[in-house]
Amino acid sequence: MLRMWRVGVLSGLALAAAPAHAFIAYVSNEKSNTVSVIDTDSWAVTKTIKVGQRPRGIDFTRDGKFVMVAVGDDDTIQMIDAKTQTVVDSLPSGPDPELFAQDAAGKILYVANENDNTVTVIDLEKRARLGDIQVGVEPEGMTISPDGKTLINTSETTNMAHFIDTSSRQIVANVLVDARPRFAEFKHDASELWVSSEIGGTVSIIDPGKHEVTGKINFEIPGLRKEAIQPVGIGMTKDDKTAFIALGPANRIAVVDTATRKVTKYLLVGQRVWHMAFTPDEKYLLTTNGVSNDVSVIDVAAQKVIKTIQVGELPWGITIAP
Amino acid sequence: MIRWLVGLIGLGLAATGALAANPVMIGVGYLGVAGTRSTLSLVEQPAENDGVAGARLATEDNNTTGKFLNQRFALEERRIKEGEDAVQAATDLAARNGFIIADLPADALLKVADALRERGTLLFNAGAIDERLREADCRANVIHTAPTRAMLADALGQYLVWKQWKRWLLVVGSHDEDRLFADALRRTATRFGAKVVQERSFEDKGGARRTDSGVTLIQRQMPVFTQQAPAYDVLVAADESEVFGAYLPYRTWDPRPVAGSAGLVPRSWDAAQDQWGAIQMQNRFVKLNARRMTALDMQAWTAVRMIGEATSRTSSGDVKKVTDFIKGPDFSVAAFKGTKLTLRDWNLQLRQPILLVDGRMVVSVSPQEGFLHQVSELDTLGYDRPESKCKLK
Repeated sequence: MLRMWRVGVLSGLALAAAPAHAFIAYVSNEKSNTVSVIDTDSWAVTKTIKVGQRPRGIDFTRDGKFVMVAVGDDDTIQMIDAKTQTVVDSLPSGPDPELFAQDAAGKILYVANENDNTVTVIDLEKRARLGDIQVGVEPEGMTISPDGKTLINTSETTNMAHFIDTSSRQIVANVLVDARPRFAEFKHDASELWVSSEIGGTVSIIDPGKHEVTGKINFEIPGLRKEAIQPVGIGMTKDDKTAFIALGPANRIAVVDTATRKVTKYLLVGQRVWHMAFTPDEKYLLTTNGVSNDVSVIDVAAQKVIKTIQVGELPWGITIAP
Repeated sequence: MIRWLVGLIGLGLAATGALAANPVMIGVGYLGVAGTRSTLSLVEQPAENDGVAGARLATEDNNTTGKFLNQRFALEERRIKEGEDAVQAATDLAARNGFIIADLPADALLKVADALRERGTLLFNAGAIDERLREADCRANVIHTAPTRAMLADALGQYLVWKQWKRWLLVVGSHDEDRLFADALRRTATRFGAKVVQERSFEDKGGARRTDSGVTLIQRQMPVFTQQAPAYDVLVAADESEVFGAYLPYRTWDPRPVAGSAGLVPRSWDAAQDQWGAIQMQNRFVKLNARRMTALDMQAWTAVRMIGEATSRTSSGDVKKVTDFIKGPDFSVAAFKGTKLTLRDWNLQLRQPILLVDGRMVVSVSPQEGFLHQVSELDTLGYDRPESKCKLK
């Protein structure tokens, strides 16, 4: 009786200590050819899933049933069943898929194929290829405007953000940015498009209506040479007030006030920080750190790193269940 | 009347979109020497199109970008045969091309540079690694994408010192360029705290590089040649002429690694380089040229990409405008080396990381950690601003 009571108290305590919602994060490990599954309740890796070669871009389907992961060296995108946490299917992407974006309904997937200067359009329901769009050299960053009308693709050697009309699938504008644009992110209110330039070392802010660069964010970290600052992943809070920018080999996340476009803080994370994802309640931001083989957990409100989780080798992309 | 009509049509086209207008044409010439030289290793035998193949890929890359900017690039190749005049060939190329990528010996390059100075043609030295082209003989109309001997030697030396292989047995060939490379290696040793414990020279007595049973002979010669050396950590070979370097690994009297012209070699590029997105370019190169990419290919690719980068940033094909931008403070180019490449404004040498390769893998990339510099760590490789004898004119 006494023992039962004690067990009851203990489990009650454990429950009380846990956050209200536990989420599941999926991290692609580029070198290990695996995906690590992280439980945000225990902050522990609960499973490691074997996938194809060189997994990078990773995202949940809108219905939350599958995780899509681009396995570039196998020239395909694999579908992981979120229930069984196993690979169940693959999508007919073009060669060497890296990053992709899906429309709001979760029906159409746009994939950047680095090897042949195209964006491939895929019907997610039928899992069939609908067509290709010719873009610049080495397409990489992909995102869709909040109204769903414009697809953005960045090309790394052409150094442009291409604006593509999603209905006609034609390029309507090209905006030059600094060298090696890696990632593109809209503000939720669609007023600005942010594009990171890895080699240029800047983030360009583009007016999506005028197709013009209206400002640039520069980074300066005392004691660190400028070449080490290589912006890649961008995360924007839902209120659009704060942006987090991963600075690659600078091993830091820059916190940017979007109103003043100034860096307010640099958070030291793991080595070669690449991409990031918020938990749906926006309490935490998780970043992938390629060289230190770990994931940093940032308390968004406190703007502090609170945890580090070891994952596979060269963690690259991350997505969290909706 | 007709002209007026044409003008109207032109205006109409311009109004419907820039892409409909006549594209801006940008001509790039490639000037090289005909024929290839023999290497000791058959797998390292350069292809006939070594260098120009890289320029060709960069022209394709520039044209992919150019279609969004209404710019079109054309590449014209010219090879000088033995006895032909480089200046005449260059002048002929310059009549149609505002930019020339040159893979020429130092003396020929200088003659060409001086002959084309008044015309305003911008030259890119993609082939010659001679120090003097960036020092006493530097020219304001020549940009160097090829690294220098001192940059290559420093890149290797930093790694050897980091590895604590500080005692070098230096073996030098008997040709001028071998001696120049040896000079660079000695300078490196002094700068970074290594010591040349002994120097030996390897006389080129002629002879074929391809033989039927050469391996037996080499196996007897090389151990003998390297015996009775003082204690050393690494054998450093200066053999740009390809006479003996590649015969040394695994055949030294003492079991020691070989570096320099064989073994661990410093290069601007290698077919094994797959970091920093390079795999995409390696794939594009193999697809276009049906062979792997060499350092010379990369040096030519970078030159043509520099032109493309400047024409897209200035949205102009005007040679003067493009030249000013490339020489200006805002210029940089991405070339799959993990960092942006910029020009040393005092001698127009492209700053670049140097790969250390063994023929199969990239072993390391210099500058090495800990070699610090107040401006750019890339300036720990080669002659720095305060040492420079260059006066650009």
